[in-house]
This record gives sequence, C-alpha cells and structure tokens, in this order.
Amino acid sequence: MTSSTPAAPRGRERRQRDSRVGDKIFMNLSRGSGILLLVVMAAIAGFLTWRSVIALSKNEGNFLTTFEWTPDAPTPVFGIAVLAFGTIVSALIAMLIAVPVAIGIALFISHYAPRRIAQPFAYLVDLLAAVPSIIYGLWGALFLVPHLGGLNSWLDQYLGWTYIFDQSRAGTTPRNLFTVGILLAIMILPIITAVSREVFRQAPRMHEEAALALGATRWEMIRTAVLPFGRPGIISASMLGLGRALGETIAVAVVLSSSNVLSLHLLDPGGGTFAQNIALKFNEAQPFGRDALMASGLVLFVITLLVNGAARLIVARRKEYSA
Amino acid sequence: MSAATTSVPADARPVSRLLTANRLPKWAPGAVAAGSIVLGCGIGLVGDLKSKLQWGLIAAILFVVISYVLSAQVEGRRQAKDRLATSLVWVAFILAVVPLLSLTVYTIQQGASVVDGNFLTHSMMGVRSAGPGGGIYHALIGTLEQVGLATLMAAPIGLLTAVYLVEYGRGTLAKAVTFFVDVMTGVPSIVAGLFILSLWNIALGFNYSGFSGSLALAILMMPVVVRSTEEMLKLVPNELREASYALGVPKWKTILRIVLPTAIGGITTGVMLAVARITGETAPVMMLVFGAAYINNNPFDGPQQSLPMYIWQQYAVVNNDYGYARAWGAALVLIAFVMGLNLIARGIARWRSPKAGH
Repeated sequence: MTSSTPAAPRGRERRQRDSRVGDKIFMNLSRGSGILLLVVMAAIAGFLTWRSVIALSKNEGNFLTTFEWTPDAPTPVFGIAVLAFGTIVSALIAMLIAVPVAIGIALFISHYAPRRIAQPFAYLVDLLAAVPSIIYGLWGALFLVPHLGGLNSWLDQYLGWTYIFDQSRAGTTPRNLFTVGILLAIMILPIITAVSREVFRQAPRMHEEAALALGATRWEMIRTAVLPFGRPGIISASMLGLGRALGETIAVAVVLSSSNVLSLHLLDPGGGTFAQNIALKFNEAQPFGRDALMASGLVLFVITLLVNGAARLIVARRKEYSA
Repeated sequence: MSAATTSVPADARPVSRLLTANRLPKWAPGAVAAGSIVLGCGIGLVGDLKSKLQWGLIAAILFVVISYVLSAQVEGRRQAKDRLATSLVWVAFILAVVPLLSLTVYTIQQGASVVDGNFLTHSMMGVRSAGPGGGIYHALIGTLEQVGLATLMAAPIGLLTAVYLVEYGRGTLAKAVTFFVDVMTGVPSIVAGLFILSLWNIALGFNYSGFSGSLALAILMMPVVVRSTEEMLKLVPNELREASYALGVPKWKTILRIVLPTAIGGITTGVMLAVARITGETAPVMMLVFGAAYINNNPFDGPQQSLPMYIWQQYAVVNNDYGYARAWGAALVLIAFVMGLNLIARGIARWRSPKAGH
C-alpha cells in the first residue's frame, strides 16, 4: 500500500510501517503461544512415552495383566491390572451417585428453587468446586471413613448376597473402593452441577411455556422440554466429571488403604488407582521404578484424553446443531 | 374459583370439580417431611442403627415414598409423578448440602483451635513430629512463590493464546488449539507432574526445587486462563473494534488499548480463579518440590514446602494426633486463601463486567 502512494508524507509512511511491524510482532507472539500450548501437549505425550518405552522393555511381567507392582526388584515385574480395575470401578461408583444427584441439584437451581435460594446456592456450589482435593481427602479420611462404617456393615448384612457388597471380614475400616467412590462423587458433584445448570437455563423458554400451557405438570414440562434439550450438555458434563474422577490423586491416596489385590468385593479394603499408586510409590521409587510409574501415568493420560476429547466433541456437535 | 363459587353457588360445584382436581393442601410437603424425619429417627433409635447417615437416608426414602403414595391417592398418577420428581430434586439438594456443609464446618471446627500467630510464623524446623508446636510459615512462603512463578508464566501465555483465538485465529491451527486447550483442562495434575519430572529433572538434570513445581502448576493453569479470557474477549462488542479501526488505529494497538482494557475485569477474575485452582494442587508439588521442614526462600534452589503438601505430610507421614491437628490448621488456612481469592474474583467480575461496553 505504501508503494502505491509514494506522495504520502514520510511521517505517515513510517507510522504505517511501524504499525505493520507491530501487527506482525503481536500476531506472531500470540500465535506462538497458541503453538506453545500444542507443543506442551505433544511433549507430555512424547516424554511419557519415552520413559514408558524404557520401562516396558525391561518389564518381566505382562504390563496389562500383572497384579504386582515391584519394578525395583531384581527382576522387575509390574502391571496395571489392579490399577485399571480400581480406577474404573471407583470412577463408575462416583458417576452412579454423582450424575443423578447433580442433575437433581441443577434442576433444583434452574427450575425448582425459589429465586432467593437459587442464586446463593448456585454461588455456593461454584465455591465448593474450588475446594482443594487434599482437603476433601483429609475430610474423607478423618470424618467420612468413621461415619461410613455403619452403612458398610448394613450393606454387608442386607445386600451381602449381591457379592459386591459382601465383606470378607465384617467390620473392617471402610478404606475401600466404595468409600473412594462416594468421596469422588462428592468431589465431582459441583462441576457436573455447574455445567448442566447452565444448559438447563438455556432451554428454550417458549417450549417450557408451551408445555405448561398444554396442561403439563412441572415434571412433564421438564421431561419434554428441558431434558431433551439438555441431554448433550448432561453427557459432556458427566464426562468432564468422569475425567476428574479418573485422574484424582491425593484424595484417593489419603482414603484408600491400597494393596495389589483385585477383588469385586467393593467393601473390602484394597485395590488401587493409577494416580493413587503414582503418588504413593513415587517417593520410595528408584529411577527405574519412576519410569514404571510413568508408564502407568501415560495410560492414565491417554484415558483422560479420550474421555475429555469425547466430551468436547459432543459439545461441539451440539453447537453446530443448534446454530 | 372463589369468585365463581360465591356468585352462583348452586351449579358452580361440578364446574370447579372439573377445573381444579383434588389437591393436597399447601402444608402437606412440610408435614410429610417432618413426619418422615421423626419416623426416620424413630426407626434409627429402635433398630439401633449407629450411623446418623442411615437415619438421614431412611428419612429421605420415607419422605419420597409417603409423598408419592399420598399424592397418588388424592391427586392422581400424573400429579403424583410430579410430586415424586419434586421431592427427588429436594432430596438431591439435601444430599448435596449435607456433605458439603459438613466439610466446611468440620474444617473450621478442627482448624480454628490450631491456627494462631505462632502457627503462622514458624516452620517445622527442629519440631518433634510426635509433639505439638511447629507451623506453616515455610509452606506459606513456598506456596506463594510457586504459585506466583506459575502465574507469571501461565498468565501471559494464556492471555496471548486467547487473543490469538479470538482476534486472529482462523483455520485448522485455531481449531486444533481450541480443541487441545479443552482437552488440556482435563489433564490430571499428577500427569503434569510426571511430565515435568521427565523433562526438567530427568532429561535436563535439574534438582528438586520450587521452580520445577511451578512449571507443572503453570501447565495446569494455562488452559484455564485461556478458556476464561477467551469468553471475556468474545463479550467485547465488535463496534468498539470497528470504531478503533475506522480511526486508523492498527490492530495490535486496538487489542492492547481497547479490547483488553474493556475486558480486564473478567480477565482478572479468570486468572484469580485459576490461581485458586492451582494453589490447592498437591500431586505435582509432591513429586517436584519434595517438601522441606525448614524455610527456603529461594524457589530456584533446593527443596521447598507448600501448603497442600504440608497437609499431606502431616496426615500421611507424621500420622498422629499432633500431625492431624497441624494438617487441619493448614487446611483451614488453605481453604480460607482459596475461598478468599474466589470471593474477590467474583466481586471483581460483578463490579467490572464487560457488558457495560462504554
């Protein structure tokens, strides 16, 4: 542009050149940081894979099916069977409890509660999402665990026939996967609630009023107008919660008394999760033991990547659909 | 109903029966709730159930069942279902409030007796772990330094990335960045810790330090900052940008002088919420900072301490009543810090929302 108007005053020319240089610098700076984020993600995958390959090449056991975790023994043997089982089971229990309750709370805030309660309560839920997990862990270990003893023996007594609620030794301290699941449910409740509440709020007002005008009760209105609209939102909110539950480290490490036993008796202490195992074994681990832990960390990374990616894709598809 | 019935009482009755079916009186849900709580306590006492949790569960189940049956008898199936949904929603609300309230109250109860001037100004140097005393000064210093360094790294990068996505981003690169920022939000903190460990400590050969902890925290913080800043920048009205371009202001200056100042309230809120989030992270710090009992003011050299890791050590390593007490004290300080940040951040958001657009 400057070349086509040679008659323009020199000052203006310089200003334009400056602004173009400034624009270029600024744009490259901002694009650079975007690229940096991608590089970090790639580096996480790359570095963990690098250490994992080292670890797996010396593993004497089968990485997927071995129960033990003794990478620093003379013949290193370690596997993720117990960890994968514990991670999935505790996250599943958490989801089974948290998702219905969170939907209930979200509906409570968006459609049921009197406005005077709804606003402060929504605020409170947001605040609770910020409570550090170590504090949930501390509370879980020193408050929740003693208080769940009764529930555990009740489940053992009356639902013991279901096998999963059967305690091998009655009256053991409930530092088991079931308690972990309950604690995780409490921890992911705020995030699921927050996301689904926002979706419920966006449900088209016209549909709701039409349903009510046709004589629907409030529940029928919610079932026909709000929930179908909010379903993708609920799914993605749940998957965000699932991602949190899968990766939660310190609260699980505090509450669970771990062992390398894979048992479907949910009320027996024992088992472990990926993150908890890393946190617990890390300090005593030799350099090779660390590499082994990184291999399990890589598995966790891939799992959470898939879960979160799927959640985002569902949300993105809904955006396209509604636009 | 009342106007029609008073004027023509003779034939109004069948009409009103048609229009308004039988309803339970307004006080019914309250009465059922009170009744089921009494019944729940009664069953708990008679059945000798130790845990109060079970009493509450029994009362909640009774409430749902009784109000459903009652309503089905008086009002019919559809109304009963509606009542069922309403009572389930209320039960969900109570189920959520109980543990969350208990968490807050219990932490304050346990921590308040521990936190005092001495606790805040002393480290654990030379304190017997099986005895009283000691404090969190070294952990406070460590947390402030690590979180500060992480913010210094993550906030500018996050901000610039958000600017790129909103102001420049088109095409596949922007799409990829958006997607991976979303995915990165879900990276477990322990994985971030492992990554920094393999990069910083194993590949590059550095030792434990506060700084390597803050590198991991920065990774956790970046996507949160990007996400919130992006939302805020999108709220800035386009007219402002166009007005600025029309006056011949270059794009970068428009962003720096017009767009960012307009959104600064929301951006600050987002950064503060992200700071609050990483302040409570334990796992990466535990691996990278190592946890010293003494005061180390230099985050670039040698082990440090941090509040969440201090709680973990007092609980899991010390593992006696004195340790628990110190853990609760530190937990109270940590929760107060995080909540305070949250409240201030939300206050700023309300005070300077970009919607004003002046």
